[in-house]
Amino acid sequence: MSTPVATRPFAVPGVARAVRARRLGLWLAAAVVLVILPQLVRTGTALAIMNQMGIAVIFALSFNMLLGQGGMLSFGHAVYFGIGGFIAAHVLNMAGRGALWLPVPLLPLVGALGGLAFAVLFGSFSTRRAGTVFSMISLGVAELMAASSLIFDRFFGGEEGITTNRSKAPLLFGLEFTRDRQVYYLIAFWLVVAALAMYAFSRTPVGRMANAVRDNPERAEFVGYSQHRVRFVSFCAAGFFAGIAGGLFAVNYEILTAENMGLTASGAVLLMAYIGGIGYFVGPIIGAVIFTFLQSMLSDYTGMWLLYLGVLFLITVLFVPMGVAGILMLHAPAWRSGRLGRLVAPYLVTGALGLLAVVGVIGLLELLHFVAVSEGAGATKRLFWMAVAPRTLTPWLGFAALVVVGALGVRRTAPRAAAAFNEANQSL
Amino acid sequence: MTTPAVELVEVRKSFGATPIIRGVSLAIEAGTRQALIGPNGAGKSTLFNLITGKYPVTTGRIRVRGEDVTGLTPYEINRRGLARSFQVTNIFTRMSVFENIRCAVLWAAGYRYSFWHRIGVAREVNERAETVLEQLNLTARRDVPAGVLSYAEQRALEIGITIAGGADVILLDEPTAGMSRSETEHVIALIRQVTAGKTLLMVEHDMSVVFDLADRIAVLVYGEVIAHDTPERIRANAAVQEAYLGVPQGVA
Repeated sequence: MSTPVATRPFAVPGVARAVRARRLGLWLAAAVVLVILPQLVRTGTALAIMNQMGIAVIFALSFNMLLGQGGMLSFGHAVYFGIGGFIAAHVLNMAGRGALWLPVPLLPLVGALGGLAFAVLFGSFSTRRAGTVFSMISLGVAELMAASSLIFDRFFGGEEGITTNRSKAPLLFGLEFTRDRQVYYLIAFWLVVAALAMYAFSRTPVGRMANAVRDNPERAEFVGYSQHRVRFVSFCAAGFFAGIAGGLFAVNYEILTAENMGLTASGAVLLMAYIGGIGYFVGPIIGAVIFTFLQSMLSDYTGMWLLYLGVLFLITVLFVPMGVAGILMLHAPAWRSGRLGRLVAPYLVTGALGLLAVVGVIGLLELLHFVAVSEGAGATKRLFWMAVAPRTLTPWLGFAALVVVGALGVRRTAPRAAAAFNEANQSL
Repeated sequence: MTTPAVELVEVRKSFGATPIIRGVSLAIEAGTRQALIGPNGAGKSTLFNLITGKYPVTTGRIRVRGEDVTGLTPYEINRRGLARSFQVTNIFTRMSVFENIRCAVLWAAGYRYSFWHRIGVAREVNERAETVLEQLNLTARRDVPAGVLSYAEQRALEIGITIAGGADVILLDEPTAGMSRSETEHVIALIRQVTAGKTLLMVEHDMSVVFDLADRIAVLVYGEVIAHDTPERIRANAAVQEAYLGVPQGVA
């Protein structure tokens, strides 16, 4: 677009309208998918995982308001998730006793206000500084809350946590939440509302200034904005939305323990956002879905699932810092020029070989794990739908061969895939 | 006499035991273009940092448009109608060129820390940002991340961010540093255009630019203003010639 625009103050209104229409279409499509999803996958496990995903997506999006949009690396974001959840659980119990009137669908708002209140409290001093100082304070706050959970026993419920019962609360419009499917629609509703609100936040004056402060806090001050105030507002908003996720957690699981606001939970949301890609709004959504999926699937099959997630995170940080969303975005030019199809064959070849290597590595790790951990637990282990004997040489050699063949194959074919990528993305 | 746009009264600044600014009193008349010159290490950038609130003064007072701003933060001073650029390019690198300008317009347009306005429909902000882009000749680069602009384009953007909020008092720190002849001419024309009717104070090393643009020139040597006068009289000033213009680079 190099034509002079002196005659029109806005850059090509037609294009802007088309972009807006496409964006609206995407949101509508996402909402429709959320509505029909339970009709497609009907098993109880799948529904449970989807509920977990929905909560994780809201939580990860709220985390990215800090990291991706505001440049604040928090090691304690689960504090606001957990506090929101605990407060929601207590309020739900009070509602169950009839001490106050509050139906389940509004409970996430209670969690949100709880998250917001604590974000105001802790954010007031932690957002004074950016960078390492901010991260260290967030770590300190997380430790503080972990210690508090032991001291304030009545509120946090000690080791057992706080249990609650969503079926005892008063009804709103006769909506019951006895089955997982009903909870699913509640989560889906709040997911859409929260995601839309967070997206909208990024397009407000303070949302844009959050980006500016992230990029260059000094310059932001010289255009009239206090970097502290800008970070504080983002921090409060992030706490608010984390509280919504926490409130939904209370409704879904009917139990909260101190673990839910611990460092592991804070670390998990960081992994989600990073794997998905912190530079894009959809990044944390993708990351939360992948993370939750792997977490719930892998933990059924292997005791080492945390290791695999850790490796996935390392690979992301080292080789694809833009995350999954970033990789997808790299293909946007090819998509627009309709040349995406040419990538299928080279990608499939390299991908299959890569998968071979991955299977080999996993096989070796699992054999190692079996030998190291499960002493005398029989001689065979089920791996990839076959029975192997870890204490014989054959499976070790077999998996090692897979690694070698796969790795060599990838090295051989990767240049071709890269060339295909470059060609497909070349602008005309 | 009208209120000066910027007024310094006996301003001193020391870093540790080292005095950098040693008692500067200076009044910049509103509506003039003035240059601050002086040899390297004279304290020109430090003086800018004191006026704009980046550093606190050790002693002395600073007034902007008659109001005492001593001890205020950069954003508080900016809100009183004073904006500055930097010697080393200081932009929002990961944001688009348009967003850079738009962020510089927001506070002046009254949006403050709003999370209840949609920025896309803030008409006056968007129109102002587009207008500034046109002035900078950067409309074609509107949606490019600012970090990938060429050096000269980044310098232009630097000036754009400074003037976008419509501040009455503009401080430019070496706007033509590192530019070719033609780029310098282009930037000078731009400065002339965007500072019309405003007060300009600029640090500049290029003497042809200084004598071309400035109504008055202040000469800073070792933290003291040794002269503050019209270009002709500065040129003829013996103390200035000895301290500064006597150096072999010559006067244009």
